[in-house]
Formats: sequence, structure tokens, C-alpha cells
Amino acid sequence: MTLTARSLLIPTALGVSLLLGACASTTPAEEDTAVQEGSAAQADLVSVSDSWVKAAAADDGMTAAFGVLANEGGADAVIVAASAEEVSDMVELHEVVSGDDGTMVMREKDDGFSVPAGSEHELSPGADHIMIMGLARDLEPGAEVTVTLEFEDGSTHEFTAPVKDFEGANENYDGDHGDSDDGHGDH
Amino acid sequence: MDRPEEEGARPSRRSVLWGGAAAAGVGAVALSGGDALIRSLRSPGEAVSADQVHGDRTHPFHGARQAGIATPPQAHARFVGVDLREDVDSDGVRRLLTLLSDDAARLTQGRSALADTEPELASCPAGLTVTLGFGPGLVERVDPGLVPDWLGPLPEFDTDRLEDGWSHGDLLLQVCGDDPLTLSHTVRMLLKDTRAFGSVRWSQDGFRRSYGAEPQGTTMRNLFGQVDGTVNPEPEEADFDPVVWCGEGAPAWLRGGTAMVLRRVSMDVDEWDRLDRPGREDSVGRRLDNGAPLTGEEEHDEPDLDAMTPLGFPVIAEYAHIRRARSEDPDERIFRRGYNYESEGDAGLLFACYQRDPSRQFVPIQRRLDELDLLNEWITHIGSAVFAVPPGCAEGGFVGQTLFEA
Repeated sequence: MTLTARSLLIPTALGVSLLLGACASTTPAEEDTAVQEGSAAQADLVSVSDSWVKAAAADDGMTAAFGVLANEGGADAVIVAASAEEVSDMVELHEVVSGDDGTMVMREKDDGFSVPAGSEHELSPGADHIMIMGLARDLEPGAEVTVTLEFEDGSTHEFTAPVKDFEGANENYDGDHGDSDDGHGDH
Repeated sequence: MDRPEEEGARPSRRSVLWGGAAAAGVGAVALSGGDALIRSLRSPGEAVSADQVHGDRTHPFHGARQAGIATPPQAHARFVGVDLREDVDSDGVRRLLTLLSDDAARLTQGRSALADTEPELASCPAGLTVTLGFGPGLVERVDPGLVPDWLGPLPEFDTDRLEDGWSHGDLLLQVCGDDPLTLSHTVRMLLKDTRAFGSVRWSQDGFRRSYGAEPQGTTMRNLFGQVDGTVNPEPEEADFDPVVWCGEGAPAWLRGGTAMVLRRVSMDVDEWDRLDRPGREDSVGRRLDNGAPLTGEEEHDEPDLDAMTPLGFPVIAEYAHIRRARSEDPDERIFRRGYNYESEGDAGLLFACYQRDPSRQFVPIQRRLDELDLLNEWITHIGSAVFAVPPGCAEGGFVGQTLFEA
């Protein structure tokens, strides 16, 4: 299976609706401009490989996406948001850190994911990951989920990840995280 | 396309000896805790050669045909029969095959599978192949009209003592390789992606001689000590393809694939012990030392079925295995790629064979053996399964994709 991960030079109809629905901070026009202004759009320089999403039922409420981000550019690329419009309207960039009591907890990473110039940044269970919450439907093993990454320059990069049955990635949710500390520790 | 990437010639006696010295060196280093010693054991500039370290050998996964059939038999094999859950529909089959193909494409090339929790165990492919086969239960989920007429239980044979727990199955995972740890990890990754769709019905481990113990192409020996598989088409030979690969006569989705019959043949090694050497050779019609027919000198000599003893008896007895297995009909041939097994006090042969159409190839051969074969005194077929092995897939595709294009 080839995981096609291509940046959207021209937003498709899907991309437009996706941005309208999930990324209120960026209008399609802005993204369009950012991408077309130069060849150095961050989305064009970052590739995603070996991506996958943990299988989950809609009742589970949440899951996560993983993969390897590689930056071919000469400057760091920063991912500031992600979306997965087909399955969720609440997607966040998360990190896993040591909590106050020493246990590992995950929480939203306010600064986003930085992919160093000429290097890689791995999203993996127990570390940085793309948190997909409020699942609209079951994510069955072998299905595919399309995820869009948004970079700090407004450019976007879409990739499709297969859903994998996985026992791990059960990090505890950071209790300070808004209204989400109601006991659903698994995702 | 299934030709192996064999690196280097087979080990020479000298290089094998060197391998032994290097291995002794490794042990010594483990004790001394330093690596200066191992360097001192090697002459300057001498690297560990491909003859000694063979874990990075790979067979292509993508291609017109699945690997693991024309591939030279590896030392270890595991055959796993899977029952699909009742609620798995056509879309479920597609998702399962997509996952398994992706796992196989990565693992056979020495790369970890997606979501691999032990990626380090994937780094030594050692000739790994993963071959998928479909029972009727899987094909029906996609389209009952696509099931070939031969895909189902074989006709009953009188000497069969089949156990359900070693028979049938909706999906076959055939994993072969020269490293048992890699093989174990591969099966585990495949089963992790299978568990949402079904459960293991049976799992059968097989073995041959270890990699490099004998020159490649040496006919294997079974646990009776017999040279087993002398008359077998070679992948390089012109008559291999028409024996093995499905063509025009097969459903379109199966062309370029094959039909596999897997029989679990229990061998009563303790009773065999009671038989003297001439009796053993008489039962098969071949010599034990080199597998030559009792009428010949070399393994591949053509048996003379008309030769008589001075007393007027056939040299190769009427009940001898090789006489009974032979056919004048050139269609009645199969390609064997079997493995020995040992498990829980039982021992025998995982008789894996490949052909276009079992009803015209395996079945008539087995019918003759069922009727008369002295070996039946010591062997019993206790498991039986038939699978349609679809063609290979291109990069970006999945094995079984042709089912969905029919």
C-alpha cells in the first residue's frame, strides 16, 4: 500500500470545506496565497511516511494518528494544527509529558510540532501525536483516514493513513485539560 | 520474478570454518567484555562476509506472482489457518488483505510493519516470504460466483484420519524464512492485524535443514530419513509453469496464482524403527543413502519399473511408494514444497503442494496412494486444507485485489 501524502497546491472542494469547518483561523484564501507565493511553503517541504491511526469505535470517542514527518527544507517547519474532517471536528496536536505526580500524561502542545530543517520528527505512541477526539464513526482496522496538517505559514499537507489494531497508545489524559478529564483515559 | 537475491556463492569449506572461528570469537568476547579481542582474531581487512552473515537476504514481495512458492524453500515455515468472523463482509476482506499485504511488503524487505511494537525484530529478513491463500469461506464473502469448483474439502480417502482442528480454514498465512525469530515476529504482526477479522484455527510449524547446512537445491529428507521430493519440477524448468500456475482455465482473478493443498501427514517414527533397512527401502522403492531408485545408482536416475529380481519379482515392488505415485498422464503432476514437523509427541510431514487444479493433479495421485502404498502402514493423513493462492500484487496494490476487479 502506498500512502500518498501530497500537499495541496490548489485546495480541492474537500480541502475548502475542511478548512471552513475545522480551521477557523485560516481562510481558504489565505492558504491559497501562502502556498502560491513561493516554492518554499512548509507543506511542500515536509513529507509524511509510515502514518497510521489507532483503530477505535465511535463510543471510544478518541484515537490518535502517528507517523514520521520529514523536512527537506533549509528552515524548521512548524505544524500548528491538524484536522480529519471525515471523522472528527476536534483534532489537536498532543505531547506526552511527565505529570505533577510523575505519571506520564498527554496534553495539547501549544507550540505545535516543529520539524527541524533537514531532519525528521516522529509522532508515536507515548510521544507527540495527533489527537483525534469526538469520533463521528467507528474507525475499523484497514480503513483509511485522511488527515490534513496546517503549517505556521498557512500551507496545508494532506495524507491518508491506514487504521491499525493497536493495544498501546493508552496515555492518560492530562487532568488540567479543559473539560476532558471525565475519566476516559483510553484513546 | 521470484528469483532470490542470492548474494555470493555457497559457502566454501574454508569460509564455513572461518565462520566457526568468528562464532567462537563472539563467545570469547561476550566473556571478556571487550571488542579488541574479536578484532585481533580477524586478519586485517577481513570483514564478516555474506557467507557467514545472511540475515539481510530478501525476496521481492511485489510482482506478478506471490513469493514463497517458486522461492527456494527456506529452513523454517509456519502455516496458519484463519477462520473469519461471520460478520466480515466483502469490505472487511478487502481491509484485511490490504493490511496483511502492507505488513508483508514491509517485513519481507526487513522493514518494520506499521504500528510494529518490536521494530528491531524486523531488521533481519533472512529470506522471509509471506504468501496468502484463500479458502472458499473468504472468496464467498466477496462473491460466491468466484469460488473455483476445486476450492473446498478434498474427496475422502480411505486411509484418511482427518481432524477438524488441522483442516480447512478461510485464510492461509504461509510464512517462510531462514530465521525463526524473524518468522515468529512476522506471524505475530500478521495476526495482530487479523484478530479484528477472525481467529486462528490451526498453526503448523515446519522445518528443514538450517540455511547453508547443505548446498541449495539438495532434496530434503523427511523424519523417516528418506530423500523426499526427488521427482519435483524445478522452477527453472519449462514444465514448472504449466504444472503450477493457473492460466486460461482458471477464474480470471486466479490467473498467475496457484492452488495449494496442505496435508498434515503423521508419521509413526516408533513403528518405523521396527523395520530393517531393506524393508524401509522396499516400501518406497528408493535407497536411503542417496535416494536413488532401487534399479539405479544416482538420486535422479529414472526408475526401471520393469526390472525383475532373479526370482522373478519386481525390483521396485507393486506396493512401493514411487511406483504408486507415478502417472503416465503428464497432467498428474504437482510441485511439492513440504516441511517436517514435530509437535506434542507427534511427528510427520507438512505436505504442501501447488498446482493448477487439485482435482486433476493431487487427487488422482493421492487416490492411487490411498488404494495401495506400503508406506500407509506408517503414515496417516490427519489434516487437509485447500487454498486458492492468488497472483502477486504491484506496489500500491494488495494480494487478492483481483477478486474485487472480477
